[in-house]
This record gives sequence, structure tokens and C-alpha cells, in this order.
Amino acid sequence: MNKCTERIFNGLVKENPTFVLMLGMCPTLAVTTSAINGIGMGLSTTAVLIMSNMLISILRKIIPDSVRMPAFIVVVASFVTIVDFLLEGFVPGLYDSLGLYIPLIVVNCIILGRAESYASKNPVLPSVFDGIGMGLGFTVGLTCIGIVRELIGAGQIFGKQVMPDSYEPLTIFILAPGAFFVLACLVALQNKIKHHLAKKGNEAPQAAGCGEGCASCAGRGICGGHLVSDTKKEEEGA
Amino acid sequence: MQELLLIAVGSAFVNNVVLSQFLGICPFLGVSKNVKTAAGMGGAVVFVITIASFVTGLIYKFILGNPNIMGGELEYLNTIVFILVIAALVQFVEMFLKKSMPPLYNALGVYLPLITTNCAVLGVALTNVQEGYDILTGVVNGFATAVGFLVSIVLMAGIREKTEHNDVPESFRGTPIVLVTAGLMAIAFFGFSGLI
Repeated sequence: MNKCTERIFNGLVKENPTFVLMLGMCPTLAVTTSAINGIGMGLSTTAVLIMSNMLISILRKIIPDSVRMPAFIVVVASFVTIVDFLLEGFVPGLYDSLGLYIPLIVVNCIILGRAESYASKNPVLPSVFDGIGMGLGFTVGLTCIGIVRELIGAGQIFGKQVMPDSYEPLTIFILAPGAFFVLACLVALQNKIKHHLAKKGNEAPQAAGCGEGCASCAGRGICGGHLVSDTKKEEEGA
Repeated sequence: MQELLLIAVGSAFVNNVVLSQFLGICPFLGVSKNVKTAAGMGGAVVFVITIASFVTGLIYKFILGNPNIMGGELEYLNTIVFILVIAALVQFVEMFLKKSMPPLYNALGVYLPLITTNCAVLGVALTNVQEGYDILTGVVNGFATAVGFLVSIVLMAGIREKTEHNDVPESFRGTPIVLVTAGLMAIAFFGFSGLI
């Protein structure tokens, strides 16, 4: 497998941002009320991710190390603004239902995480494919969660009725609490698989959600979360 | 006055920032292991969001949305300017506190750098602009949103302290049970929707 397809496989399966790394939880919970919203959000994020990975990779030797975070944020914010206007112009319906979460792509830890951990260290082409892989992985994740929530909460998939008329939709699943429950089951499933792999003696990929500690988190350079865990350790030690 | 109160109650409880808008999930899950640290984080968020909504409000009113500068067409810079201002502001607040108010710095210090990427801060700044709030209303909205965050993270930490030694099914230990708890809290917060 050459490097480019390897990056796509990596993003889609091995380091899937939603299911494995647990990154970008805010949009994952907020916009997955239906499958189509999930796809819309996923593809918008993918577009931003590809463009920002490309530009950051091109500029990686020019940006001084000490100001790289603000520089990355400016690059990402510019592309988010472009995507924001494109969506508003061409798909106003989707734009309305995603609302505030489009500009909030700026603070999505997947994008800054990939910029920091991959694009700023690798040549342009692999970085672009890394963006494609990660973005598609995120899209697939959001779409799956969206399908589950839409199916249980409204009896539909992509707006088409699939459940029989006698099915009473559990509306709670497209409301806020449903997001937490679906994600909880998802993480539990992931834990189960991890335990299973650990029993067989295989090393499972580490989760990077903030609940799991910072050692493996791709975004730790940005979030500074290690400060808190370090102080906690000191408190425990004292 | 009544309008301000309605906005405050609405953003603190009815549209709770964590439980119904899903902003700031990371600190909510990560820093809610005990009540003391949760309260510290919540306090820091209240502090930063209140200042940030004031500063972004000023910038929007006098620069970005000002009809005398480029005919008020600079609005497309909102996202870029706000995120940079918030990042710089957090750094600045940290330095200021360290120098002039050491007790407050010791209480909030470690949480401040975490807040830059807390999407609640940017979320509030953008909501204020989208809803067309003036500066006072924006600050009240920001403060109330942050109080909503404080309330929910402290409640969550209290629940987690109580349930820490419960016998949870193996796969649900750690993050999943916290998410289930958050879901139940979100249902409870639906009770507030009759308020306004």
C-alpha cells in the first residue's frame, strides 16, 4: 500500500476520529439529529481539514515554531469562513440547521490536532490525503450516529420513512439527551472491543478523548490539559 | 430589565450550554472528577466568558459592525477576529492575574489555558452577534451562559463523587457512564423549558 492510500485507510479505520480517537465531540453530539445533517457537517469539516492541512504543510518551514498555534488558528479560521459563506449561498437549508456549529469548526480539535501532529511535519501530498482520510472518517462517524438517532427518534433514514407506521418514534433520541445516550453506548462498545483485544494480547489503539487522559491526546499541544493532570498528580503526591 | 432577566434564565437553564447546546463537552467530561476542581474550572469559565463577551461586543460594535468602517461589511471577519481575541485575552488575563491578584490566580490559574479551545467562549461571542444583542445584553447573556456551565459541571462532579465506587458494568466504566449521567441530567434540565 503506498503512502496516500495508507493515510486514507488510517483516517477511515485505524485512527477514526469519532470511533477511535474520540475527537470533536461537540459537533458529534450537536448536529447528528439526522443523517443528512451528519453528512453535511462531516463534509464541511473535511473540506476545511483538507485545505488547512495543505496550506499548513506548504507553510510548515516558514511559520516560526513559537507562533505556530496562532498561525494555524488563522489558517483554519479563514477556511471556515469560506465554507460558512459557501454553505449559506448554496445550501441554505443545511446552513440553517447546522447554524452556530459551522463557525465553531474553528475550535474542532480534529483540525488543529491534525495540523499540529501531521501537517506541520509532513510534505504536502500525504498531508492532503491525511486530511481526506480523517475527514471521511469523521463524516462516516457522524453519518452512522445520525442514522441511528434518526431511525430510533423519527423512524426515518435520510428523511425517508423506513419503519412501519405502527412504530412509535422515541423522540428523545433526536433531542439532546439522546445524543449522550447514543454516544455512551458507542464508547461502551469501543471499550468492549478494547478489552477483547487486550485479552488476546493485541495492543488496541489509544483513545484520545479528554476523559481518557492526555498522554495520547493529539490536541494536547493546544489544550494544555496536561497542566491539570500534572497538578492533580502533584496534589496526590503531596 | 425584565428582558435581561429572561435572557439570563434562558441561557443559564433552559438552553443550558452543555446539556442542550453541547458546547464545552471536553472540560465537562474531563475536569468533573471532584467538586473542587469542577468549581475551579467553572469559576474560570465564568470569568473568561464574561470578559470575552464584553471585549468581543466592543470590537463588533466599534470596528467589525461599524457602518463607518468599510460600510459595516467587515462582519465576515467575525470568526477569525473573535478566536484570536479570545486566545490573546486568555493569555493576557492569565498574566494580569499572576501579577496583580495571586490568590485568584492560584485558584483559577491552571484552568485558564484550557479555556482557549473551550468552544463555549467562541459560541457565546458568535451568538451575541447573531442575535443582535447590544453590549450590556451580550455581557449578561455571556455571564448567564457561563453560570449554566458552572452549575452543570458542579452538579456532574457531585454525582460522580457519589457514584465513583458503584458497581458499573465493565464496558460502561469511565466515560460511558458519565455520558449516561449527562443524558439523564439533560432530561432533568428539560424541566426548565416551561420557565419562559
